[in-house]
Parts: sequence; structure tokens; C-alpha cells
Amino acid sequence: MIAARALSKRYGDRRVFRDVSVELEAGGLLLVTGANGSGKTTLLRILARLAAPSTGTLELPARETIGYLGHEPLVYRELTALENLTLFARLYRVERERVGMLLERFGLWDVRNQRVSTYSRGMQQRLGLCRTLLHDPALLVLDEPANALDAPGLELLDGVFAEGRTTIVATHEPERVEPFATRRLAFA
Amino acid sequence: MRYAQDTWALARKDLLLELRAKETLPSMLLFIIAAFTVFHFAIPHGTGVVAARGLLWSALVFTALLGLTRAFVAEREQGMFDALVLAPCDRSAIWLGKTVAVLCFLAAAEVVALPAFSIFFTGLDGRTVAAVALADLGIAAVGTLFGAMAVAGRARELMLPLLFLPMAIPIVVGGVGRYLWFLALYDAIFALLAWASFEYVVAET
Amino acid sequence: MKLAALTTALFGAAVALIFFYAPTDATLGFQQRIFYFHVPIALTSYACFGWGAWKALRYLRTRDERADLESYVAIHQGVVFGALTLITGSIWAKASWGVWWTWGEDELVLFLVLFLFYCAYFMLRFSVEAGPMRAQMSAVYALFGVVLIPVSFLAIRLSKQFLHPQVFTLHGPQMAHSQFFTFCVAWAAMLCLFATLYHVELAGKRIDAHLRELRELLGRRLDGGPQGAQVSALPAPERSSS
Repeated sequence: MIAARALSKRYGDRRVFRDVSVELEAGGLLLVTGANGSGKTTLLRILARLAAPSTGTLELPARETIGYLGHEPLVYRELTALENLTLFARLYRVERERVGMLLERFGLWDVRNQRVSTYSRGMQQRLGLCRTLLHDPALLVLDEPANALDAPGLELLDGVFAEGRTTIVATHEPERVEPFATRRLAFA
Repeated sequence: MRYAQDTWALARKDLLLELRAKETLPSMLLFIIAAFTVFHFAIPHGTGVVAARGLLWSALVFTALLGLTRAFVAEREQGMFDALVLAPCDRSAIWLGKTVAVLCFLAAAEVVALPAFSIFFTGLDGRTVAAVALADLGIAAVGTLFGAMAVAGRARELMLPLLFLPMAIPIVVGGVGRYLWFLALYDAIFALLAWASFEYVVAET
Repeated sequence: MKLAALTTALFGAAVALIFFYAPTDATLGFQQRIFYFHVPIALTSYACFGWGAWKALRYLRTRDERADLESYVAIHQGVVFGALTLITGSIWAKASWGVWWTWGEDELVLFLVLFLFYCAYFMLRFSVEAGPMRAQMSAVYALFGVVLIPVSFLAIRLSKQFLHPQVFTLHGPQMAHSQFFTFCVAWAAMLCLFATLYHVELAGKRIDAHLRELRELLGRRLDGGPQGAQVSALPAPERSSS
């Protein structure tokens, strides 16, 4: 599903990383570890089709089949959860029922009509996961998904991993994701 | 058509956000009335009608700048460009949706500002109003694109006036002279250019 | 280097022609000769912006960083020549009319607008981190600039219908053959100057970039390992460094 060879990325003179190769089979989970600032986020952005590598070859699924969760949950803070997901449901041409389904699954149904700015960080992150899963992506790219998650959220995250989607996870605390990983990549 | 639906979904989002926040439009209204007041004190006695029109256009351009500066703040601060760019919609739909929203703000501000101007200074005829409408299109189209550029760098709010004002000069000329054909030409050329080039301003790939 | 030689030769020829060959204009006098500098500089400036826009378009098509650098250098030269246009225009106005600036001269006003626009180009580049986004935005802005040139010129023309009429305008001579010839030589000289400076600046920037790359490579070697050492993903859990 993903094949990347000899990727490198630089911004002007600043080299972020070089000579990274990745292979991930469908249904696999790639665990990317490394200290902050080591380039994990940049690599994930490239694998999510948000950035282009400076050199190297890359094979990725189509843009519409990718779900990305960055350091931020990527939702509009002044909209409600329902409004946020409805917007993305429209853009991704997804049926409205999925919105309700995901809100329920991630425990946000009761607060769906409250603005995201009133949520705790854990709830915002859960909403971010909803947005990421909304269009049933074939490839999940998650950058520090456990970062702000509360206990119920972490359980739900495990549930996501167990679903068997092709997934890439970057984290600097790999213990939780370790059991699900089929491949590993360590940034020094 | 899909494109129209995407554009409308995005425009709706922006209008909804403004309805909630109630920041941009009230500021624009207050600013333009304050500008008129300053002008009263700044312009000597006996200034003609054309000069007064010039004041209107100065106020409009700077008020528009105020509104445009806020245009992409949410996207920038909450990282929303990533989410929008990944969506299957055409990147130019992001531009078009935002432009439509900006147009609504400009129109809403002008609904108050134009009558205020006629009361404070001098009456406005239909041709001037038509010029304002046409100019709004150009301002929104170009301003939205440059707003996205400005928000990507370090200087942010400082950048937008620098980028936008040279482009606004032809609009002011078209407005003061009421050259409707020229404004239409400006709109057509630069809206097309903005529509075609927006994707390069928001996404690397 | 041939280009530099050609430029020098043309410049020498141009100066000689301007001061010794071209006839003194009957009405405007000796100071009219600055026209032979001012207008070629202005035309060269347009050429710079046009070339910069062309390279910008090439960048958007090919995503080749070299095109971005070439566009940047061309526009940089354009701003330099533009500033010179404003300065020579100002000198000409002072010599002809005793004023340092006149709004009545369309081309001067146009250059003022373009100068503002392209200075903002550099502010934009300075404000964004180096990389594909900066290159893309610069390219888009450069394209807007080149389209703005005719639109602004039209606007300035139109504006004279309602603005305070300006008495002072500069105008070149109705050119006789000798004057036209001088003008052409001067213009060719300016264009060659642009080409020379363009290549020099480009070469300089490329050398800079190579130097930085070498320094980085060297630094990495000395540190004993690349920054952000990379590995290939392997099925079994392990940690290794390259």
C-alpha cells in the first residue's frame, strides 16, 4: 500500500531528514518513534500527501482515502462538533448518518451542539479522531494521537487500531501502540 | 454541481463562524464610520464632490483590509489548511468559498457605510454604488488570495497591506472615476488569476 | 565573461554616442540626454519583471528550485533597475522643470506602483520560511505583478481624467535617425547589463548554496553521524542507525 524509497526533505538549507525508506502492507501499522523535532511530523505529512519529499520515490493511496490527525485536532473551535463533522461530511460526500454514528462511538453525542472551544483537550482530540475516520479512510496517518487523550479516549484509540486499517502512528511514547505494530521506524 | 456545493459548504462555514464570533463585521463598521469622522477633520472647506468620493474609496479599501486580515486566521491558528487541503474538493473552491464570505462582509459593511457617507458628506448616485459593487468583487478576489499568502509567513497582519495596496490602486482609480468597464476588466483578469493560482498558495502538493 | 565584455563594449559605445554623437535637442537642451539612460533602464526593468514572471511560471510547472532562484534574481534586478528608473526620472524632472517629482509622467507613477509591489515581493519572501511554499507563493505573486503592469498603466492613464492636471511632463525627442540609433545602442547596453548582472548574481547564489551544503555535510561527518539518522522500516522490532 505504501512504498517509499530514499526520501529526504529539506526546507531551503535546513535538512529535516534524509534517506528514509518505508514499506507498509495493507492492514499493517507502522510505528514511528523518535524525539521531538527529529522529523517525525514532517515524514508523516509527506505520507499524508500534505507535503512533497525533496528527493526519493513515493507510492501512496489517493488523497481522498487518507485520514490525517496532526498535532492539532484540526477542527474549527468556534463551531460545534456537529457543524464541524457536517462540513467535512459534505466535503467528503459522506452520508449524514456516519456523523451521528461516530459522535456516539467517541462519546460526543451529548455535547454535539456545543462549541468545540468549550471541550476539554481530550474531547477535542476525540473529535479530531471522528473527523479523521469520517470518510472511512484506507490509510490513517496519526501524529501523536494519544497526546491529549483522556482514559476513555485511549481505549477508543485502541479500538481504532484494532480495526485493522492501514495505519501510521508517530509517538514518543510507543508502549501503548507497540502491541499493534507490524513495522517500526526509529528517528534518531 | 459538486464544485458549487463544496464552495457553498465552505462559504457557509465562514459566515457561521462570523455569526458566532461577531468580531469582523462590527469592527469594519466601527472603523469605517471612524474613518469618515477623521476625514471630516482632515479635509479643508470647499473640497469638491470628486474629492469626497476619493475619501469614500480610501475608507473602503482600508476597511476591506481590516476584514481581509481576519479572513484566514482560523485556518492558520487551528491548522485547518491541512484538513481542507486533504479533502477531495478542488483547492480553488476554498478560495471561492472564502471570497463569497468576504463579499458578504463587505456588502454588509457597505449597507451601513454608504448611507452614512451620504448623510455625512455628499449623496451617492447609482453609478457610484455600481462601482462599489464591482470593486468589492476585485477586492474580495485578490484580497482572499493575498490573505492566504500573508497568513503563511511570520509577519501576518503586517504583510497583507503591503501585498494588497499596490493591487488596490487600479480599483481606487476605477471607483473614483466610476469606470465600470475598467473595474469589470480588473475583476475578470485578477479573479481568474487568483482562482487558478490559489492551490499553489495553500498546498505543497 | 563574454557577456561582461559585450556589456562593457556596448556601454562604452553608448556613452560615447550619448555624449558625442547624438545631437543636442533643440528645445530641451543638454540635460535631455538623460533620456537615453532613463528610458532604456525603464524598458530593461520591464524585461526583468517579465523574465521573472516567466521563470515563476516555469517553477510552478516543474517545481524545479532553480527556476525559483532565477525568478527571484530577475525580480531583484528588476527592482534595482526600477529604482534607477525612478532616480533618473527624478533627475530628468529636476533638470527639465526644477521639480524632483511629477505625477504627470505616467511611466514614473507606474514605476512607483511597481516598486511598491515588488518590494512587497521581498517582504513576502523574507517572511516565509524557505521551501516549496515560499517558492510557490513568490511565483504566484510574480505573475500577479507582471499582469499588474498593463492594468496599472491603464489605471494611471484613466486617473488623469479626474485628478488635478499636472503641468510637468517629461518627453523624449521626436527621434531623428541619429537619436534613434543612440537610443538603440543604449537600450542594448542596458539589456546586456541586466543579463550580466543576472548571471553574476545567479552564480553567486548558487555558489552560496553549494557552500552551505558542503558545510552541512562536513559538519555531519565531524559530528560522527547524520542529524536525524534514518533507518528503513523492518518487520521485527529493532533500533539501528545508519
